Amino acid sequence: MSPIIQGIITIIIGVGGCVGYFYFANLFLDKVLFPARGENAGRNINRANMIRPWVFLFPAMFALGLYLMYPVVGSFFRSLYDRSGDEFVGLGNYARLFNNPDFRQAFFNNILWALFVPAGATFLGLVIAQLTDRLRWGNIAKSLVFMPMAISFVGASLIWRFVYAQDGDIGIINAIRFYFGAEEGIDPLQIPFWNNFLLMIILIWIQTGFAMVILSAALRGIPEETIEAAIIDGANPFQVFFKIKVPQIMGTIVVVWTTITILVLKVFDIVYTMTGGNFGTEILPSFMMDFMFRDDGQATAVAFVIMLVVLPVMIWNIAQARKEMR
Amino acid sequence: MDNIAGQKSSLSLVTNIAVLLIVIAWLIPTVGLFVSSFRDRDQIAASGWWVAPFSVELTYRTRADAVPTEQGNLFVIEGNIFESEEVRDSFEGGESSIAAFGLRGREPGAFEAGVEAENRDGGTIVVNADGTYVYTSPEPIDDAPRVYFVADTPPEFTLDNYRTVLTADNMDRAFINTLTVTIPATIIPILIAAFAAYALAWMDFPGRGLLIATVVGLLVVPLQLALVPLLNLHNQLGIGQSFVGIWLAHTGFGLPLAIYLLRNYMVGLPRDIIESAKVDGATDFQIFTKIILPLSFPALASFAIFQFLWTWNDLLVAKVFLPSAGDAAVMTVKIADDLLGSRGGDWGILATAAFVSIAVPLLVFFTMQRYLVRGLLAGSVK
Repeated sequence: MSPIIQGIITIIIGVGGCVGYFYFANLFLDKVLFPARGENAGRNINRANMIRPWVFLFPAMFALGLYLMYPVVGSFFRSLYDRSGDEFVGLGNYARLFNNPDFRQAFFNNILWALFVPAGATFLGLVIAQLTDRLRWGNIAKSLVFMPMAISFVGASLIWRFVYAQDGDIGIINAIRFYFGAEEGIDPLQIPFWNNFLLMIILIWIQTGFAMVILSAALRGIPEETIEAAIIDGANPFQVFFKIKVPQIMGTIVVVWTTITILVLKVFDIVYTMTGGNFGTEILPSFMMDFMFRDDGQATAVAFVIMLVVLPVMIWNIAQARKEMR
Repeated sequence: MDNIAGQKSSLSLVTNIAVLLIVIAWLIPTVGLFVSSFRDRDQIAASGWWVAPFSVELTYRTRADAVPTEQGNLFVIEGNIFESEEVRDSFEGGESSIAAFGLRGREPGAFEAGVEAENRDGGTIVVNADGTYVYTSPEPIDDAPRVYFVADTPPEFTLDNYRTVLTADNMDRAFINTLTVTIPATIIPILIAAFAAYALAWMDFPGRGLLIATVVGLLVVPLQLALVPLLNLHNQLGIGQSFVGIWLAHTGFGLPLAIYLLRNYMVGLPRDIIESAKVDGATDFQIFTKIILPLSFPALASFAIFQFLWTWNDLLVAKVFLPSAGDAAVMTVKIADDLLGSRGGDWGILATAAFVSIAVPLLVFFTMQRYLVRGLLAGSVK
């Protein structure tokens, strides 16, 4: 069967199934299980209304439970078993990981990513948001900076290959070096340590637009009076920006920062496409893919390490959400 | 702020220039890719894309193959090098000029145009800038002599790369596969999430707060955790690595964001409308389908765009939940695992493949940007 037809059938079954489920489950609840007539009509209506939320929630809860909650537990248990999954090795996989210099390198690099990418993207996003704020063509500029958000990490990596390539007729960096009299091309992605930062630039390039859009909205939300008062008191534009505006949108800056941090911990595509984890650029997600399909025990152990790194952010997020709801 | 005292016009000029520079810096890499995808393969190798509109010095190899004539005791070949058989096709219609020529492959540009060069067999040759040449030899000429030359070739833009990528490299198939993965994976979670979001926003039941907190927590669960257990589960269920598997996976992974976005939006809808509908006797199901769903269209649209971009651009889930070999590869997998290996040095092909894969998301992005921005704001600024 051609995949297109299969896809169309799936859409019909999926959408039809969902609509059918919600419609008939609701009907069943009202007409069959607790009909709103007879002597218990009032009690039945109340009962139906108690159950209805769960009818509406069930498909989502089922999918979330199966696809996101079960894996957390499942991955953890799988990581306690060896490669074949038969023998219980306790924390053996974790011990092996921490004794593996490649893992320590990946962990260290991941910390660099988690520090510099959110910092770079948030800072640039904030600066661009401020600069474009009152510009006549600001919206066009913002839209162009925002554009990389639509591009896949794989596509972005290819795009940046045209910047980093060793050939001076392809890569801009080497072209500039040749222009200033360099003799031989270098491969920037093989420079130890700094190549990590060259890869980070790609993700910063993608994420700056996200930071900019949100911070730009936050900047617009600042009460005008505070800025006017500062200007009347003689503050220069830089003081207005750093002492009046930034402190007022600090909450949003933190949200943007953490959102990008979480993303950074999941992205494996850039490293995978650009260097394949060679030349000391491995990070945890790409390191995990080295084990995927070969050693599920260690792969899940790496995944669980990523989870532990994300955990503080998760708890903070939940705390924020609960605070908001009150 | 233009009319506020203290604003300097010089600062506004600096701002304009700074923004212009930033925008240019942001666009340069993408423009490079775009331009390269239309360039001829030889031209890509010979000059950078930033000089693509200018002519390129390319090296050619041919023979002085005009008909030899006998003049006195000398044998002479006169002709135009651009019309020689081996390179004729490259110079059809284009105006070119010869910068240098040579007689050996190792030094294709040893002599400047118009200078007389001596061949190994004792003959001499002159190639002029306009392509005319005179070869003179004391001996009869059996084989047309080999000539190398460096010519300024006018810029050439072709669609050949697109033809190659779409036919020879199976990108057309990968494109369809990507669509096949993306569309169901975008539509199905919306419905499921919309009902759940309504329940979480407007229905009262015990444990609601806990559920919302769970959804917020699940927003950040790393996908990596799900790969091994779910692939094993799919294998046990008999789904294995297939489109059905990836649809289910994308649906599951997209739900937390969908529920979160939609709930945030629905909570903000005016309470009066819903309460008056209830007073008029509408059931929850009616309120949802007749009032909430139409009013939530902007939020539904922004989630649809998110999910579409995410599934279209995804590499990780496709690598794990679709078969690695064969016809099921989506474009990102095709590029990352296939083309980068087999076509690693073929920059024109790589650029074209990348551009084919980002064209649709860019189109969606530029036409639906409004909804995307709105969705981002609803999800983050709270």
